[in-house]
Amino acid sequence: MPSTTYGKGLRGLALATLITMTAALVLVFFYAPLDQTQGFVQKIFYVHVPLAIISLVGFVFGGVLAIGYLRTGDRKWDMRSYVAIHMGLIFGIGGLITGSIWAKASWGHWWVWNEPTLVSFLIVLLLFATYQPLRFSIEDPERQSRYASVFAIVGGAFVPLNYIAVQAATAYVHPRVLTLTSANLPPSMGLTFVVSLLAFALLYVTLWKYEMAAKNARSQVRRLRRTLLGDDLARPAGRSAAPL
Amino acid sequence: MVDEPPAIELRGLARYFGERTALRDLSLRVPAGTTLAVLGRNGAGKSTLLRILASLLRPHAGEVLVFGEPLPRRGFAVRAKLGLLSHEPLLYRELTGRENLRYHARLHRVDFDRVEEVLRAVQMERRADDPVRLLSRGMVQRLAVCRAVLHRPRLLLLDEPRANLDPAAGDLVEPLIGRVSGATRVLTSHDPRAALAEADLVLALRDGRTAFLGDPGTLSDAQITELYA
Amino acid sequence: MRTALILLRKDLRLELRTLETVPAMVLFALVTIVIFHFGLNQNAIDGQLAAGVLTVTVLFAAMLGINRLFVAEREQGGFDAFLLAPVDRTAMLVAKAAALFLFLAALEVIAVPAFGLFLLGPSLGPPLPGLILVLALADLGLAVIGTLVSAIAVHTRARDLIGPMLGLPLLIPALIATARAAGPLLAAGHPASTPPTRWLEILALYDVVFALLAYAVFDFLLED
Repeated sequence: MPSTTYGKGLRGLALATLITMTAALVLVFFYAPLDQTQGFVQKIFYVHVPLAIISLVGFVFGGVLAIGYLRTGDRKWDMRSYVAIHMGLIFGIGGLITGSIWAKASWGHWWVWNEPTLVSFLIVLLLFATYQPLRFSIEDPERQSRYASVFAIVGGAFVPLNYIAVQAATAYVHPRVLTLTSANLPPSMGLTFVVSLLAFALLYVTLWKYEMAAKNARSQVRRLRRTLLGDDLARPAGRSAAPL
Repeated sequence: MVDEPPAIELRGLARYFGERTALRDLSLRVPAGTTLAVLGRNGAGKSTLLRILASLLRPHAGEVLVFGEPLPRRGFAVRAKLGLLSHEPLLYRELTGRENLRYHARLHRVDFDRVEEVLRAVQMERRADDPVRLLSRGMVQRLAVCRAVLHRPRLLLLDEPRANLDPAAGDLVEPLIGRVSGATRVLTSHDPRAALAEADLVLALRDGRTAFLGDPGTLSDAQITELYA
Repeated sequence: MRTALILLRKDLRLELRTLETVPAMVLFALVTIVIFHFGLNQNAIDGQLAAGVLTVTVLFAAMLGINRLFVAEREQGGFDAFLLAPVDRTAMLVAKAAALFLFLAALEVIAVPAFGLFLLGPSLGPPLPGLILVLALADLGLAVIGTLVSAIAVHTRARDLIGPMLGLPLLIPALIATARAAGPLLAAGHPASTPPTRWLEILALYDVVFALLAYAVFDFLLED
């Protein structure tokens, strides 16, 4: 019997996301001042940086959830970890694309090696892009979950280490807009950024819950089919990268 | 008569591979010193059962007790008392027989004298310095038997022990893995009647379920044929 | 510890008997050096470029070793044999990482002088002690990550692909640090006598973090 449902609270969460997103958009277009050097295109920053940050947090989150699986052996944790990383990858690709657009608009190149956040982000994405192929290549579902969890934990630890190395290695041309300790942003931009970050964080959580609910429902249906039809008649699951 | 715990005790054992059930609801007791024969077609679950008993696979449901110790939690305590003879010889082909056995001896903290003892028992002393890849299948199987019994296990898990052995070689390994060894034994065989002949208890598996569990004498020929049909 | 030595001894004996891995790694490195000569169209390189080329050469050769690390266990029942023994299972991580480290050291004994001979502009003598230190730390990272990734890969379907696919991104921070630490040592005009400490620290941090992590998770890769 399923003990967890993910649909609970989903509507409220979705609503909160919608409101915050709208608020963020309003602030971006009507409140935040125009950047002196980069002009209007700088506003992509409010999309790009939150996407990147949430994506990285999502990966670390996925690693933490994977620890849960290794400790308990309950596939539920593996499912959560999988979705967290999956979402992180999607947000990450979005962050990479918006980052590229921003780079092209501000500095004239589709890619710049001078921005360490962007570069270390690319590396992290390269790593986590291997998560699904790894899962897909292991047939036994239990082993798949276990190995994927090990990978997620190692990957989660990788994120900060990678950032340290790349930051130390990169010479950058432009002054950093956002550092870990302080933000050299005027307060109006700062507020817009925070709201935008919150909006994307809520979006992530909503989508995470949504995908968990969908997967959970699907696995329940499979279980019911097996119980009703018997093991032999129910179609076996094809090779898949996702835990059922 | 000292009350010894049964060598093996299973309660409601189940094991899955993805959505396929390899073993379900398996319960039995094997008294120490006796022989359990496991019969069934390919894919019935025999090898899975042996691997679970060997602590190589973990049970997904139910309880497994070997010499009173629960697996997999107490696997560490039990491993020294188990000997597994599986489909593969578990020997490195590029190393010699002697080197392979000494490697296992070191892992199990066994004297090298014992290595020589088992080599002599299966008459492999002279070929023990040839790389395993140069040996015939029968010789490899003999070495595999040596490896399995090197540390004097009290529980022998034998997956088709007479495979690749001619009658003469079969006689050589008998003192090591046969009834006379005194160990508790679980064996599977492609030849059900031969297995029954040396069994005290029979378990017949069909699609992971218990089709028959009891005295070998009470298993009729018709039932055997049906089992492998 | 005792168990790790037993395993290491067995692996070294196997390698000496078959000579499968190390000679292939050496040959690979030598060919890579030749390819770099033509690819860069240079007779002599120095400084950061030289450090980068050396790092990449060692990395590619390491990938060969990583791919082969657990193959014998998988194909000849080595995992089962080990899991049946009453020993600490993490010993396999230690033993395999140590073996890989030794293979890399053997590789570098030949590849680094070859690099000095064929491609490096400045003399190899003065920077050598610093270079050895940098490579030792780098090899540790390669050994730990290589063992981890190889253990994962050996149970998958696309064994030879998964290893590099997982390992290369994971190794990037270590490779950055290695190349940046070696760069000043190999500079043409005024080469540094010791590698910059900042990069050594990053390499050491990387090694420690992943060694501890690998030690913590390795058991989960072996059990079934």
